[in-house]
Amino acid sequence: MPAKLKFDQVKVGESVPDSITNGVTRPDFVRYAGASGDFVPLHYDQTFVEMAGIPTVFAQGMFTAGLLSKCLTDYVGIGQVRRFKVRFATRVWPGDVVTCRGKVTGKKEANGEKLIEGDLEAVNQKGEAAIKGSFVAACA
Amino acid sequence: MADKSMIGKTGKPFTMPVEWSKVREFARAIKDPNPLYFDPELAKRESGGIPVPVTFLQTAVFWQDDSSSPGMGGFDIRRILHGEQDFELLKPILVGDTLTGVAKVADLYEKEGGRGGKMTFLVVETEYKNQKGEKVAIARSTLIETGQAVKA
Repeated sequence: MPAKLKFDQVKVGESVPDSITNGVTRPDFVRYAGASGDFVPLHYDQTFVEMAGIPTVFAQGMFTAGLLSKCLTDYVGIGQVRRFKVRFATRVWPGDVVTCRGKVTGKKEANGEKLIEGDLEAVNQKGEAAIKGSFVAACA
Repeated sequence: MADKSMIGKTGKPFTMPVEWSKVREFARAIKDPNPLYFDPELAKRESGGIPVPVTFLQTAVFWQDDSSSPGMGGFDIRRILHGEQDFELLKPILVGDTLTGVAKVADLYEKEGGRGGKMTFLVVETEYKNQKGEKVAIARSTLIETGQAVKA
């Protein structure tokens, strides 16, 4: 699997480069519903959400987590992620600008692999965290 | 009410073929244009096959039914929040693999919440093996049912 990082060159405290999605849309949520099989109507059915007392549809947490995973694999390479953990905080609404970013917090060797670990987050345009997460990834 | 006797209950094993069309569709949905998902020749050279996105195992729901999804019965979808999701990726998963998943209720508990009233937490852990019998991944999902619909 293609590793993008050399273990010796990664510094603790180094940033995972930002990945910005400028304005997520209802069609994004519909596309994710079809791709993932998450058909919870809160994410595309306006009539349903209004009946539940919510003003409009909002992103599947795992849609935003997908954006965050792409930010991570752009940095470490596809196939290098060993752990990806996310906790959902505030919701992501249509029109929100989602910035995904992270930071390396540690390095270790385990199971014969050179691993880095770090924190991840997806924040909206107000700076509120939609997701707080963490990762472990293998380096060359 | 959280029925504690559910803890440890496992669903029937389910089979999940890993298909290229689904991988491409998923990569597009998460806005990842990485050519490893779209160019089989490149993927073969670089990865030994077309890899799957980090969160791709979410698509297991297409292959699961009530008998393989323990713990979800009785949850009201208007009041469900996805609290946490955790993937341990132990070995590569490639297009062409056939995975077998077994889901287990790892925990079920209640907590007094803030704006949503009493909350029920359900933790489902799904273990995946490939066609060679190797354990490739563990997915851990925490779902929350709130006492009432959470207002924005």
